[in-house]
Amino acid sequence: MNYDAQKFLVIKNEEIAAGIFDMLVENKALASIAKAGQFAHILVPGKTLRRPISICDADKSCLRLVYQVKGEGTEILSKVKEGEYLDIIAPLGKGFDIKEDKRYCFIGGGIGVPPMLYASKMKERPIVITGFRNKDLVILQSDFRKDNCDLYLTTDDGTAGKKAFVTDVLKEKLGEIDEVCACGPMPMLKAISEICNENNIPCQVSLEERMGCGIGACLVCACKVKRNDGSQDYVHVCKDGPVFDSKEVVF
Amino acid sequence: MADLSVNVAGVHFNSPLIAASGTFGFGREYNNFYDLSILGGISCKGITLKKRLGNPPPRIAETPSGILNAVGLQNPGVDHFIEKDLPWLKEQNTVIIANIAGNTPEEYAEMAEKLSNTNVDMIEMNISCPNVKSGGVQFGTSCESVGAITKTVRNHCKKPLIVKLSPNVTDIAEIAKSAEAAGADAISMINTLTGMRIDINTKRPVIHNNTGGLSGPAVFPVAVRMVWQVANAVNIPIIGMGGISKWQDAVEMLMAGATALQIGTCMFTDPYAPVKITEGLSEYMDKNGIKSLGEITGSVVPW
Repeated sequence: MNYDAQKFLVIKNEEIAAGIFDMLVENKALASIAKAGQFAHILVPGKTLRRPISICDADKSCLRLVYQVKGEGTEILSKVKEGEYLDIIAPLGKGFDIKEDKRYCFIGGGIGVPPMLYASKMKERPIVITGFRNKDLVILQSDFRKDNCDLYLTTDDGTAGKKAFVTDVLKEKLGEIDEVCACGPMPMLKAISEICNENNIPCQVSLEERMGCGIGACLVCACKVKRNDGSQDYVHVCKDGPVFDSKEVVF
Repeated sequence: MADLSVNVAGVHFNSPLIAASGTFGFGREYNNFYDLSILGGISCKGITLKKRLGNPPPRIAETPSGILNAVGLQNPGVDHFIEKDLPWLKEQNTVIIANIAGNTPEEYAEMAEKLSNTNVDMIEMNISCPNVKSGGVQFGTSCESVGAITKTVRNHCKKPLIVKLSPNVTDIAEIAKSAEAAGADAISMINTLTGMRIDINTKRPVIHNNTGGLSGPAVFPVAVRMVWQVANAVNIPIIGMGGISKWQDAVEMLMAGATALQIGTCMFTDPYAPVKITEGLSEYMDKNGIKSLGEITGSVVPW
């Protein structure tokens, strides 16, 4: 695999929910090779470290990146204007392995929802479960609907969709699912993973960790995994992931 | 293009730019960006006698103009390095430096012996890692311990021996003199400065190890000062590092007294930094009629 850092033209960068931004960046050479579950490592002007942002969607010319403002870096990113250029290394990491003959359920929680959009497009009418804290943070519902997903919306407080956790919906759908792909907070991923294990359903989880180089050289974004011999090891989210078999992950 | 070659302890480098240990793994990842022969050398990820898992995450935090890291020497062990990584590295047409860290002087000596029987070009003794409980920096903070461990390793090391110094000391020039007196062929400096960040919402240190090593442009003036002080104290060559991120920094570090340079954190910002710094250095030399980098080394005119 070759890596490259190139300039991407910012086509759009707008707030779609409280503190959540939807950015479209154009670079034909790199956007066209992006796979579901991979990420973009964005140079934020004035910052030493790049910001890893999951790829929400991609086509032959653009990457769509939906991100939440969490600190100084994403704050600067949110102020980037259309017509400006960003230096981005992409696509990076190991994405979802989506097999042809299986029925999938894609689950996203909070800012873990965006990567599930591109992933869900790999299948015809998949089950998609999205969960948010409250109505102000709900995103991407019309995008999933447009792609004809069997879409479920849950919120913790019931202010939008069903007052439930994504796992409540998952439990109802188990009979219709061969494999699960999920991204979101660690407690959610752990709960999904346990349900899948109990029901012998393979589960792929996309993880997040503070990152350095983004390519597997600096070893900072460690994720603890179980080996077949029972031993534990640290692998790295940027290169070995961000998508892992949930059975490997030590939550 | 100007002649960028340098000689450190009898080893020829095509360029003064060496990838700093811990930022570059064993080279394979950055080889997906460019041919590694663009670099004068690679100082490999620090290796220990046995495999180490390293610290729990988070292992990194951002700081103004820099980063804190505490990886904790995650590595596959010296035997794995010799069998699986070194043969490939030696095909990359660049100088290969093994960086070693241990819990005891005997462990350092055993690794130096093993590596002396390989085709690795140089050995860099890391007595300055701030992020492990034992091993590393406890050998690097007093003249006596630096002298003792350098002497022990020297007796088992048939390769040119670089001693990598910690900046977290009272008088780095005295430490460097001890390393030189005990048989070091070169000094590399500086390792990271110990630092800390706290998340004000959780009251938790951002890094799981609580403290970490500060690197990046933030440490550059400290590194320049220390290289200058050591250059005035020893006669062995210095590989200068600490926050170099552009060609002007490279020139400045050479002027302070460095013979060669290591770069690291800048590659996280821009993986192509080595290419850009090399081009900038070359243009600077051409423009100023400089034939050899040795003309720049130590050329600072102090007040």
